Amino acid sequence: MPLLWIRHARVIDPATGRDAEGDLFVRDGRMVASLAPAERKRARQIDARGLVAAPGLVDLHVHFREPGQTRKETIGSGTRAAAVGGFTTVVCMPNTTPPADNAGTIQFIHDAIRRDAVVKVLPTGCITLGQKGEALAPIGSLKRAGVVAITDDGDCVQSNELMRRALEYAKMFDLPIMDHCQDRSMTVGSVMNEGVISTRLGLRGWPHAAEDLIVARNVILSSYTGAHIHLQHLTSKASVEIVRRAKADGIRITAEATPHHLALTEDALGTYDTHFKMNPPLRTEADRQALVAGLRDGTIDCIATDHAPHTPDEKDREFDHAPNGILGLETALPVVLGVLMRRHRFTLARVVDLMTRRPATLLGLEAGSLAPGAPADICLFDPEESWRYEAKSGASKSRNSPWDGQMLQGRVAFTIVDGRTVFRRGHIVGD
Amino acid sequence: MPWNRKHLLTIEELSLEEIAQIHATAAAFKKILGRSVKKVPVLRGKTIVNLFLEPSTRTRMAFDMAAKRLSADVIAFDAASSSTTKGETLRDTAQNIQALNADMIVIRHAASGSPLYLSKILTIPVINAGDGAHEHPTQGLLDTFTMQEHLGSLRGRKVVILGDILFSRVARSNIHALVKMGAAVTLVGPSTLVPGWFTAMGVAVSHDLKSALADAEVVMLLRIQHERQRESHFPSIGEYTSMFGLNQARASWLNPRAIIMHPGPINRGVEIDSDLADGARSVILEQVTNGIAVRMAVLYLCAGYQPEQVIASTR
Repeated sequence: MPLLWIRHARVIDPATGRDAEGDLFVRDGRMVASLAPAERKRARQIDARGLVAAPGLVDLHVHFREPGQTRKETIGSGTRAAAVGGFTTVVCMPNTTPPADNAGTIQFIHDAIRRDAVVKVLPTGCITLGQKGEALAPIGSLKRAGVVAITDDGDCVQSNELMRRALEYAKMFDLPIMDHCQDRSMTVGSVMNEGVISTRLGLRGWPHAAEDLIVARNVILSSYTGAHIHLQHLTSKASVEIVRRAKADGIRITAEATPHHLALTEDALGTYDTHFKMNPPLRTEADRQALVAGLRDGTIDCIATDHAPHTPDEKDREFDHAPNGILGLETALPVVLGVLMRRHRFTLARVVDLMTRRPATLLGLEAGSLAPGAPADICLFDPEESWRYEAKSGASKSRNSPWDGQMLQGRVAFTIVDGRTVFRRGHIVGD
Repeated sequence: MPWNRKHLLTIEELSLEEIAQIHATAAAFKKILGRSVKKVPVLRGKTIVNLFLEPSTRTRMAFDMAAKRLSADVIAFDAASSSTTKGETLRDTAQNIQALNADMIVIRHAASGSPLYLSKILTIPVINAGDGAHEHPTQGLLDTFTMQEHLGSLRGRKVVILGDILFSRVARSNIHALVKMGAAVTLVGPSTLVPGWFTAMGVAVSHDLKSALADAEVVMLLRIQHERQRESHFPSIGEYTSMFGLNQARASWLNPRAIIMHPGPINRGVEIDSDLADGARSVILEQVTNGIAVRMAVLYLCAGYQPEQVIASTR
């Protein structure tokens, strides 16, 4: 009977409102209120003095590239990056090769998870066949195969009629739709935010209006169908305002923001560094401020990384030709602590909430809580420790991070999944 | 201050003094263009590779000629028959060129920022011959050189750039040069092709041709591309010409001693009437000639010479 006793931690559990010095107890992979004195003698102990004990972090938006793009990442390497970052549950996107638009591919992903994953991975399936936006994928079969949501990922469904039917159909299975909000016709060839800087750099602009249009469309369709739409990686001030009003009207809209859109702006693009190229793009300081305000007042529900590995040679290209996306899992916690806690004075408990209970609740996952009976998914971290992040020494197969080589503050010490320590002070356990 | 720049990537990063150094060097080289023996031996034994990954006639020929006037060996890189069509990356192509012992690389590329990218990879000088919609520094330098020949100092001079500004690297390089040199620049064209964001670069934006051209001392026209019509930036070439084309009547709004410029290639009868393009106020062909002298200056300086050496070099 595996027992674990985490001692002298600062326990932060937003799900139970706990934020105090104390101990955590685990029996058979689940949280328990206490262990009997005899059990305590046998329990493995972790001295967590100086560490925060939080629920394992939850990320609703990662790309693990398996099947088909395993030069960039695999479920094995991606979940190791997650463990390094303190994440115990991640939701992976279906833009694999082939796309996860059928139960067989989902089964393949489940097999890889069972074989290679060190944290919990929950797959999503496509909305449309091949993410082509033309015909519905077998959404019922995908649900039966175990997807937790459907999304066409970067290939936002452009047809309003198709999106409406997908919502109606998915609602039957209580399956949320996640949407990357981008009007294609307005963003042909675009590589960065449209504005003063794209004008100066001579790069094709991606106007925030192209996001706002689809956000508004989704609000309207969610209202009309009653289906839950989760808006991925919001970036624009106007979009935040649309979501704020929709929520006030009781519409079933939720939203996420990424660490990079919270921490960075388009000002970083002056030297055409492809490590700042992602879709949706970095926007202006006013947009960044609006995202922070949206997280503060609950308009934006949670943080999600959009962890998007690409190999060094893929990113080492002309700016126009480099793929979109950056790594996120290993740097998310320190980056978010830096922006929200240190810069914008969010409480530590609030930051933890945005990365644990909130995303878990949003998809109804059994995660994000340290309450007795919950799975013993725990992240122990030192919010103050400074360390240098070196992407090449990271667990991901790729290195495409804008924080490569930088000092970060806040470091994960232990990642525990179902009571098993999978990451301990710089090392994946068992590797 | 001595010239210590190895690459020429943008005008944005040049100081006013550096622009003046290039112009002064170009003026010295221009003198030898009229001689019967037009060559000087300063780059003898050096190899310059013209890596043109996008079509170009004028710029490529001018760089070719400039290099030959300086006695360099020139190798033209033909994109159509090269390994880039087999999927070789720009990094590999450029590193191979460097490994072939080229001394300098002149690059034209459709992707903005690629000369900067190459400059970080290579140890040899990189000269930007036009990158996407970003910059075309030698064009901006030759245009301002030509303006100065006609107007003297550009401080306070009213310069109008008219046409497809949004997609124009020529416009951006001219804007940076002209603003540094103190000119009063107004960009004119349809609102879809001249967004207000340009004002952040220190210029005025107008969509009213008459008020913009009033008393202007330079009007620079940019080529209108049919592709922009397909992208719905304007309704038709005919409408563009009727709203923004330069004709005799509109040219009468200009300052009497105004010059008319165009980086080429010209769409006659679209952005400019033929009689104006060929008329007395047109300096379009002077621009081409000056393009050789300016590029000689750029190659000379980036090869490591100092501006004050040019007199001895051309003796």
